[in-house]
Amino acid sequence: METTIQLYVNGKMHTVQVHPSTPLLYVLRNQLALNGPKYGCGLQQCGACMVLLNGKAEPSCMLPVSAVNNKTIITLEGLAQKDTLHPVQEAFVQEQAAQCGYCMNGMVISAVALLNENPKPSDAEIRAGLERSLCRCGTQSRIIKAVKRAANIKG
Amino acid sequence: MNRRNFIKNTGCLAIGFSISGSFIDAPSPMMQELPESIKRHPNINAWLEVLANGQVRIFTGKLELGQGISTAISQVAAEELDLTMENVEIVLADTLRTPDEGYTVGSGSIEQSAMAVRFAAAAARHKLLELAAQQLNVSVDQLTMKEGKISTITGDRSITFNQLLNGKQITDKIQAPVTLKPKENYKLVGKAIPRNDINRMVRGEQFYIQDLRFPGMVYASIVRPPAYEAKLLHLDEKALQKNIPGILKTVVNGSFIGVIAKEEYQAIKAQRWLQKHSKWSAGTQLPAGTDLVTYLKTLPVQTKRDNEKGSMPTDTSSFIKAQYFKPYHMHASIGPSCAVGIYENGRLHVWSHSQGIFPLRESLAKLLQLKIEQIDVTGVPGSGCYGHNGADDAAADVALLAMAYPGKHIRLQWTREEEHAWEPYGSAMIMEVAAVLDSSGKINSWQYDLWSDTHSTRPGGNANNLLAAQYYSTPLKEKQGFSGGGFRNSEPYYSFPNYQVNGHMFKGPLRTSALRSLGAYANVFAIESFMDELAEKAGKDPFTFRLMHLTDERAKAVIRKVQELIADVKQAANTGIGIAFSRYKNSAAYCAVAAQVQVQPKEGTIKVQKMWAAIDAGEVINIDGLINQTEGGMIQSASWTIMEQVRFDAQHISSRDWVSYPIMRFSQIPEVEVAVLNQPNEKAMGAGEAAQGPAAAAIANAVYKVGGKRIRHLPLHKR
Repeated sequence: METTIQLYVNGKMHTVQVHPSTPLLYVLRNQLALNGPKYGCGLQQCGACMVLLNGKAEPSCMLPVSAVNNKTIITLEGLAQKDTLHPVQEAFVQEQAAQCGYCMNGMVISAVALLNENPKPSDAEIRAGLERSLCRCGTQSRIIKAVKRAANIKG
Repeated sequence: MNRRNFIKNTGCLAIGFSISGSFIDAPSPMMQELPESIKRHPNINAWLEVLANGQVRIFTGKLELGQGISTAISQVAAEELDLTMENVEIVLADTLRTPDEGYTVGSGSIEQSAMAVRFAAAAARHKLLELAAQQLNVSVDQLTMKEGKISTITGDRSITFNQLLNGKQITDKIQAPVTLKPKENYKLVGKAIPRNDINRMVRGEQFYIQDLRFPGMVYASIVRPPAYEAKLLHLDEKALQKNIPGILKTVVNGSFIGVIAKEEYQAIKAQRWLQKHSKWSAGTQLPAGTDLVTYLKTLPVQTKRDNEKGSMPTDTSSFIKAQYFKPYHMHASIGPSCAVGIYENGRLHVWSHSQGIFPLRESLAKLLQLKIEQIDVTGVPGSGCYGHNGADDAAADVALLAMAYPGKHIRLQWTREEEHAWEPYGSAMIMEVAAVLDSSGKINSWQYDLWSDTHSTRPGGNANNLLAAQYYSTPLKEKQGFSGGGFRNSEPYYSFPNYQVNGHMFKGPLRTSALRSLGAYANVFAIESFMDELAEKAGKDPFTFRLMHLTDERAKAVIRKVQELIADVKQAANTGIGIAFSRYKNSAAYCAVAAQVQVQPKEGTIKVQKMWAAIDAGEVINIDGLINQTEGGMIQSASWTIMEQVRFDAQHISSRDWVSYPIMRFSQIPEVEVAVLNQPNEKAMGAGEAAQGPAAAAIANAVYKVGGKRIRHLPLHKR
């Protein structure tokens, strides 16, 4: 049965009518009309659906919406302050770190969570922080550069 | 593009075109040959329009696949019309609005669409200058053009594009010769102009087909058979209705099953439920548990001599021989295929990320027995496809559902499992090479035999190749394939006195079609691995050996450039560098690649540490786009080469997710470096596939350098 669930997304409280077992991803995309989190596998294997859950990057594709009603959810859309992009977003633009860009949501969200916890990550730490996210176009080398740029790491 | 424009640009009506075509060759300044696309769509307003706000709108029949084509085409247009990038907008493939330019394939969009737009924009420039000269009563050479305005040189009078056209468009025919802007005056072409679409992606704006939302839109899923050619025996629709809420319609036609539901997650649950509660015939058994190379060699073949030169010796017993193998590979798009469709008032509208929406429309007309004029297909970018993935099939699925449930927009999102298990793979290939050296260590005779399935079963105006057609009530049986793709880059680009190339085309166990570079990946892997093997026999280093067999200076230049890039690289223990070269299709971009690998002596684990490429794609349109494509090509090819193969059991594909079909993750990604050899006065050539083959051979050659082990059967790292 559908129930009423309250979700705190991108700084606003939203009320949705859904079946409580519905994965968060579908609620974000279809009820809240957000485009950031993407469907990639539905198996928590590719990272396309990443969101920030209380500041940590988590895949949203298998997470029942009923389990997150008391958490702070931030999606790609919630990172920018008005017209000012988050430094990680800005760095992805500067490095042109995309081809098709379908994986970019997971990459940006994972990088934001990583840099919040570890502002000056090593190359290996950046790779580990992004390991859950797949890119098929082969833009990973640019994505690593973008994370370094956002962290003000030279080279 | 903001949200309103996204809907507008993907959902509104304009002029339509319907002739198909492809572009033959680029023009030379002496004998100007107009692009084929222009011959088919000769009027300037087929390619560009001046908008009320003074901006210029460009139309291309190609689709953005992540290759940056919308930016490159916009650059070319802005250059010829002296506009800024902000003053140009672009409309991608749409049967309602854009010229028909066939498929977005074969690294051909720069050579075809960008060049067509260049001529159209240049022709528009001349027309606008003529009109301005009349209006301002001066001669054309007294005028300058800048940002949508034409002014007299003295600067005392000016007039905008809009004032000149007064709401009309330029309908003149584009006729050779068209004077193009002199290249020395270029301000945009050749530069690393940033892609505007990355700005939109990073903000999470609506961009992808997956982001399309229409009022009242409903959600669909398809129930796939358990095996190729399995037939539906029993399905309990009533039990489905009882168990899963929200079902609006179940469409069963033969063995094609679709479910339409109110919510997306309900459609997914219905699909899972039906997979468990439907009965099917066994279908076609797959040759599991047998060595694939041995099995493929038992299949009946059609043999074709593709190429030969000189005369081969009758006795080949002294030849050096080797056999190479490439398994089935997946496109493995990160976002599975998706489509939206609606049938109302006798018209079908489909939104698709297909690489060819015009041929798709023709195929849909045949599948659904509609007239072409009753169908509109709008191209919307999807996740990167790298060839013919499930995009066309998803469009056909949604079209069948839309016909059965009219009046609503239906959105179909394939699951990860569907994309992995049902997409058409890149064919497995066997390559056997034999050669003999002369007394100076040069190759005298070269014998090349390849075994391959088809490399294109794109719908191409035919309905039979669409997945749904095989399961629909009256299955359209005769599938068609293009066998030529297997020969891509099979002819050696080196000058050998005698050679022979034979193709042996089989019909293999898995569904196959075009995957980035078609046969070139496997052929270049084999040829360039064998070149290293022969170099060793001849006692030459790999650079010298290649250079002494080449006559084309541009080919030599990319090889020397890569040699220069790695000249100072120091080797740590257990590491080594290999190189390889190819000219894509033997007629497009030149690319040499070097790869440094580390091989763990005990486990044999291969890590690609760094890759370098030198590429010559003729005139560069967007240098960062070219570098990005080449970097990505090397990384993707490294993943194919090191670890990828489609696995199957007797029933069906068993590579159904990212665990059973792993691709490279961040910890395995090599560093990459690309050097571009710009040739401003040469023809601009696509470069999206140039690195695939040489990257594979460079890695295999590096692995040999480290451990002395020559791996000829891919993937290099066996699990």
